[in-house]
Amino acid sequence: MTKEKLSAMPNVITPNAPVIFNPDICNGCNTCVEVCQIDVFIPNPEKGKPPIILHPDECWYGGCCVNDCPRPGAIALNWPLQQRGYWKNKATGEVQQI
Amino acid sequence: MGTWHDYFKEQGQAPDWPYPIRFDQEQEIDADVLVIGGGIAGCWAALSAARQGLNVVLVEKGDTVRSGAGGPGCDHWCDVPANPLSNVDPDEWAEHMAERPYCNGIGIQIQCRENYDTLLELEQMGGKIRDSGDEYVGAQGRDEKTKFMISPRYGRIHSYIPVDETTKGKTFTSNPEQKRNNVVIRVWGSTFKPVLKRECQRLGVKIFDRVMMTSLLTENGVQGARVVGATGLNSRTGEFMIFKSKSAILATSGAGSMWVISTELGGYCNMMSRTISGDGTVMAWKAGAELTTMESTGILRIATGYKHKWYTGAGDASYENVPIVDANGKRVPFPIQGWVDAGYMVPTPEVEQAVREKILKGEYELPFYGDFPAMPDVERRATWNLMLGEESTTKIIIKTFNNAGYDPSRDLLQNYRFIEGSSLPQWREASYGGGLLVDWDLKTTLEGLYAAGTQMFAPEDHSYAAATGRYAGRKAAAYSRQVGAPKISREQVALEKARVYAPVKRSRGMEWKELHAGIARAMQYYCSEFKTERLLNMGLGTLQKIEEESVPLLFALDPHKLMRSLEDLSLLTYAQIIIHASLARKASSAPLNFQRIDYPTLDPPEWRKYLTIKLENGKVKTGELPLAFWGNMKNQYEAHNKDYTGLYKGK
Repeated sequence: MTKEKLSAMPNVITPNAPVIFNPDICNGCNTCVEVCQIDVFIPNPEKGKPPIILHPDECWYGGCCVNDCPRPGAIALNWPLQQRGYWKNKATGEVQQI
Repeated sequence: MGTWHDYFKEQGQAPDWPYPIRFDQEQEIDADVLVIGGGIAGCWAALSAARQGLNVVLVEKGDTVRSGAGGPGCDHWCDVPANPLSNVDPDEWAEHMAERPYCNGIGIQIQCRENYDTLLELEQMGGKIRDSGDEYVGAQGRDEKTKFMISPRYGRIHSYIPVDETTKGKTFTSNPEQKRNNVVIRVWGSTFKPVLKRECQRLGVKIFDRVMMTSLLTENGVQGARVVGATGLNSRTGEFMIFKSKSAILATSGAGSMWVISTELGGYCNMMSRTISGDGTVMAWKAGAELTTMESTGILRIATGYKHKWYTGAGDASYENVPIVDANGKRVPFPIQGWVDAGYMVPTPEVEQAVREKILKGEYELPFYGDFPAMPDVERRATWNLMLGEESTTKIIIKTFNNAGYDPSRDLLQNYRFIEGSSLPQWREASYGGGLLVDWDLKTTLEGLYAAGTQMFAPEDHSYAAATGRYAGRKAAAYSRQVGAPKISREQVALEKARVYAPVKRSRGMEWKELHAGIARAMQYYCSEFKTERLLNMGLGTLQKIEEESVPLLFALDPHKLMRSLEDLSLLTYAQIIIHASLARKASSAPLNFQRIDYPTLDPPEWRKYLTIKLENGKVKTGELPLAFWGNMKNQYEAHNKDYTGLYKGK
């Protein structure tokens, strides 16, 4: 893949996306911005759009942003890969992970 | 979609700061009672003072609706012996709880006498405390008449660990037949915080969210004098807030990440959220208040960011009644905080060691699992949906598992015991006992300053925060009625303002995470498993060097990062207090988890006492208090609360 112009960007902070917004469902009400203890988000400058994750590295994964969202499916928690839990089907023994 | 980088790529520039910038601007607010911290204790303090008809101001670093350790939820209303299903007398239970060394008998007595009243008041406000929808009919501990759900926790005694002398259970005079104590109630705690905020608003409490408090103001700016207000910083606008108040209640928390900060998982590298940075303790210290038990620390056991945070079985944080099995389905003899084992949560070191040896011999195969499918359906639902589904940070964990297809009736939940390793002894946390010294009015040693919840020394849990908050609110209100208008010192305000804004005067140097990690490293090296006079003094020297050389480089680009930078300064001072307190205790102590190589004898009789520490004319001064300095708990409580009428009847 060739691009004519690339910006010189620093590494992204990891984990970078403690939540994932669904822009088709989110209406930018900013409830998540307000309930977050940490102020991980800021409102999107464009009204009606999902907030911007400004401080992903400060997330406590407390989940209030998801729990209190008035539009189910608009925001989902996205656990860092290293933190995703496992389970096992007792009958089949099949192991699965978040 | 949603990250800063997404925005940058789409727009070709960073978003503008979304809030007005008001650096250096001042706002002044008057109050009869100022409550600092809007968590569980703070909300209860505010509404309790407001019921007295006073002008109450509540200031919170996050948003009061979900802030604090109990913001997302609460799964157990612990130590509520005044509930109608309890089989023990509240005063006797309180006395039993206060037998633990270096606890806080004052707070415990208040909790045991008043936390059932707070629970019923929560229900009046709209909180859910009973199985009113009959979801858990048939669950053990559920009472059909009251629809309360008693938890197996503390079923026989108050202990997480089945230690030898207590496994048989204590016989209480009030419970001679040794019935289950029934002192813990399962609750729907995710409903609590929003109704508390709403009740505060209904009672006219003026709430200032997103304001980090930075200092206490004292009469004439003198250390040790009456507290007459406080200063704060709005973390979105950068505005400087000046509060003048007749009394103040500190309801902030301890310091959560003094020894461990992952700069990658900065908000997730220990049990508490990043906002837990000891600000309240430090502002009280600088004002001259006396602290105690600051040398006590604990080793992080869960959620270090290097570990999982999944609440997957006994020994992690435990879940009720879930049998732990090995990879082949063989039961592992860990307690399960259940009906069968009187509510114990973690194995004894002996059991732990025996299991480890059997793993190495192949008798148990890793990993272990929580055997949810083996449980009766109603008990499984009570644990998964109610206990884990209503607890603070597990609510979202349960939701995430459910959405990913996990079914507790079909699937074993993985446990990480052994395969994740153990925490290093250098990964510690401070909030294991240290805090403000209080009297029977929950007044600190400073006139006009009260404390509640985690801010007090040797704090307990959610219902403790509620009961002590409510208590401090009415005591502070009574004081405010008697005293004259507060007068603040402009000189003190100016000095604080200069301190607060220093990092935004710079645009490069050292950012907050690097400074935080530097403080944590110093504590790991010099104030951890190996403590000696030399190491502790080297720690003080290192922290002083940080103060003199690194703090002047600290920079913040916006109000939010300024808040984080100021939190670092709190942590730095908090670290110094811990080392001073550690130097003062010249003996080792098991209950304080305090090991001095140069004074190795554990808990010698002459050192079984509280050490106190404060600043006097800028100099560190230590003192001491006998264990159980609070006197007879029942008599003292009653002498100080002759006017207490119990359940609030509404306004």
